[in-house]
Amino acid sequence: MYCLNSVTKMYTRRGQTVAALENTDLEIPDNDFVAIVGPSGSGKTTLLSILGGMLAPTAGEVLLDGQSLYDLPVAERTALRGEKIGFVFQAFNLIPWLTAVENVQIPLVLSGRASDDQRERAQHLLERVGLAERIDHRPAEMSQGQQQRVALARTLANDPQVILADEPTGNLDSETRGQVMEYLNEFHRDGRTIVMVTHDTAVADFAHRTIRLVAGVARDAGEPSPAEAA
Amino acid sequence: MKLRSLVWKELWQRPTPMLTSLLAVTLGVTALVAIQNMAVSSEKQIAGEMESLGANVLVLPPKVGLQDYYAADMHGETMPEEFVTRLALAKMPGVQNLAPKLCVPATVDSIPVTLTGILPRAEFQAKAAWQGASLLMNPVGSDRGCCPTAVAVGGAEDEDPAALATTRTIQSLGKDELIIGADIAGQLGAKEGSTLSLLGEDFQVVSVLPATGTIDDGRVFAHLHSVQRLSDTGPVINVIEIMACCEDAAGDLVANLSTVLPQTRIVTLEQIVATQVAVNGLMSRLSWVFFSILLLVGGASIASVMYANVAERRKEIGTLMALGASRSFVTRMFLGKATLLGIAGGFGGFLAGTVLAVILGPQLLGVTVEPMPLLCAVGVATATVVAIAASYLPARRAASLDPCLVFNEA
Repeated sequence: MYCLNSVTKMYTRRGQTVAALENTDLEIPDNDFVAIVGPSGSGKTTLLSILGGMLAPTAGEVLLDGQSLYDLPVAERTALRGEKIGFVFQAFNLIPWLTAVENVQIPLVLSGRASDDQRERAQHLLERVGLAERIDHRPAEMSQGQQQRVALARTLANDPQVILADEPTGNLDSETRGQVMEYLNEFHRDGRTIVMVTHDTAVADFAHRTIRLVAGVARDAGEPSPAEAA
Repeated sequence: MKLRSLVWKELWQRPTPMLTSLLAVTLGVTALVAIQNMAVSSEKQIAGEMESLGANVLVLPPKVGLQDYYAADMHGETMPEEFVTRLALAKMPGVQNLAPKLCVPATVDSIPVTLTGILPRAEFQAKAAWQGASLLMNPVGSDRGCCPTAVAVGGAEDEDPAALATTRTIQSLGKDELIIGADIAGQLGAKEGSTLSLLGEDFQVVSVLPATGTIDDGRVFAHLHSVQRLSDTGPVINVIEIMACCEDAAGDLVANLSTVLPQTRIVTLEQIVATQVAVNGLMSRLSWVFFSILLLVGGASIASVMYANVAERRKEIGTLMALGASRSFVTRMFLGKATLLGIAGGFGGFLAGTVLAVILGPQLLGVTVEPMPLLCAVGVATATVVAIAASYLPARRAASLDPCLVFNEA
């Protein structure tokens, strides 16, 4: 379970300080499916980076299963990320010079799994996303949808507890978008927590809960803003 | 799949810039290996030739310069033959044998030849013994402090007149006997037992020397006293070749010889080859200079390409870090690549340098080049260290990339 307590993230650009995330409290229980929505520059990506243990907040604390992420040394935080968190990126971020199966093997290489196990598990995961026939193809030899499915298989490689998805359907057509969301639903049904950043309301509808970010302030979609409450 | 397979695959994905930068490192190692190989082989050959020559000190008339060791007696200047007896009586440490020579022009069947008078050892040994030095074991010098030489002088094999080609002395030779070089024997159609007419007298050929590739192949050797008598020179000689038993003894010998024969010029074979050795030394030092310069260029080139590689792979590195790659993993990925490049450059340079030396050695320096495995180790180790050092900062930069860029740049 994620718990953000009074998390603030400030950026300084050309002498000006900008609040990307401001005094945010947020709880994401295990096996939740959360969509984070909001306009460009609202702090969605910042929030995802903080949840992923890749961007230390300026203030506040981020707990994952009760452990303060940013009190951990960098190496331990990196190891924890590899073990518990999986990522899905808008641009898929596959390594172009590796085949599909090798791309899926990467998290397993990083976690020190034996080579034979790596390949076996990677093949199994590619079969699960319907790419059994494409394991030796490079990204450039596959469609966008197939590339995102390879990325989904890679996300599952270390059996992560949490999946952080950054605009997972942003580069896909409507048909493939549906496929990818079905896979994310399936991963959620497996018991994983899904946190997805999107600006697409149709995609956000797949989530069980929507958090709206406006000017660095996070609220559950149904919750009124302080101005509205007043 | 392991880290090394990731490094290997990435290397072949973008081979051109890396191979280009590697070229300078390879050339550095090539220059080092080629020049060192040739210099060392040349030194070895000179050392071998010095050893095989036997005579490593020459006593010459004072005004004589020396360009060619084998033509040391062909300058026209003379000195008294009595110097030979003086040397024999001096019993100097380090002297194994003496070979006085007198060289005069002559013709045989209208063919010009170089007639060289040599004094058989038996004669000046007898003279020394007659003058009271015969109680010592060594009839010419003393072998105190000497190391063994490759040339056996005074042994049973030295009785063979053909041994003159290698030992440069002969135990005995009759007044009407000749020993002739291989080339002149061929020109005259002479062989052992042939009779040749020289300066109005008939001589019998007792031996034809094996070819040595030197000026000796064109000489006709006769008894010194016969040459002196027929050419009316009187009891003079052009040179005394001294077979010193080892280099150390030869070094000490120069001072002793100068004391006994102050009116002469003493030249050691070491001096003769000193110029060549100096050239070899210069080549050797230059090779290290080329090596260093080219390695610096190669290192700078590798660093530049590595920085470009890091910039090009920012998203890839960020993805790896998001997926759990530690900073040390990213650093090792780049340094692993540098190690591969260094090993390839060092080994490639060693192979290219060795091939170059084997081809150019005989053509440029007239030496046969043997590969030197030690240079492989030096080349590979240095190239690897340079490649790693050049890649260290780019690798650190890669490891310090912010993994959030996978989102920001998406």
